[in-house]
Amino acid sequence: MARAIIQVPARAKRGDILELRALIGHVMETGFRRTESGALVPRDIIRQLVCTYNGIEVFRADFHPAIAANPLISFTTVATESGKMEFRWTGDNDFSATESAPITVE
Amino acid sequence: MQNDDATNPAMLWVLDGEALWGRRTGAADKACADCHQGMQGVAARYPALHSEKLVNLDQRINLCRTEQQKAPALQLESRELLALSAYIGRQSRGLPIDIAESEQAKPFLDSGRAAFNRRQGQLNLSCTQCHVGLAGNKLAGNPIPQAHPTGYPIYRLEWQGLGSLQRRLRNCMIGVRAEPYAYGSPEFVELEYYLMWRARGMKLETPAVRP
Repeated sequence: MARAIIQVPARAKRGDILELRALIGHVMETGFRRTESGALVPRDIIRQLVCTYNGIEVFRADFHPAIAANPLISFTTVATESGKMEFRWTGDNDFSATESAPITVE
Repeated sequence: MQNDDATNPAMLWVLDGEALWGRRTGAADKACADCHQGMQGVAARYPALHSEKLVNLDQRINLCRTEQQKAPALQLESRELLALSAYIGRQSRGLPIDIAESEQAKPFLDSGRAAFNRRQGQLNLSCTQCHVGLAGNKLAGNPIPQAHPTGYPIYRLEWQGLGSLQRRLRNCMIGVRAEPYAYGSPEFVELEYYLMWRARGMKLETPAVRP
């Protein structure tokens, strides 16, 4: 499984804007490159990142071949309740990775 | 980005290195962590002499693998080796580079300095001409640095991955259209040694992020 680093504030006040960051190790092979012998290197990219906050989807991003290796996505959401922030990346060749972090909202 | 562990992509390698550090391997069935405690300050002292030979950190890791762990040496520039050296280097972040000068090491330092000053390649350029004479100017829109290797192994955006100082040096040598030395060759290690000596006192920022 791929290595991922996520940053979620451990505690926050209700109504605060949270900045979340998700970094994952992935080659993001575009599918446009060729080997020395001219054969096309098959595409191998992450297609989607979904972030759920206590099971409710708060962010979704579609990835495309022009995105660099080891993509870092940063976005914001509003702190509503204590619980779990879960990130799920899915992609080509049945790629799938999940990472989660708890958050306490006061 | 570089100083924030949540956004520095090289941290992916550091975490891999941490896992490798604790994993038992080789005929001796020993992990790095079985012998070594913290490695703080170690990366700031390399390249260094090891039984009268000059070795860089990557080669030193491989020596430990073959001699202590009885495991096959890792290939230079392999993901595992870069992960281990990034993990070790990370522990020296913020510490000044501390290259010891000695009578024994002087020939290596001199030959590294000579390589730095030697004109080479079809463009007939020496390292000094750009990295001392023209430092601070631009080359193809990018600033020319003073060639202080303070953050290796680095995550280079151009590589979309982690690479060693030797990989970066190859890049410069190809740029002046010279034949690059082989990975791990004494010439490369001497040049690395001279560059680290030249940057002594500067703070290590491993793993650095560079364009």
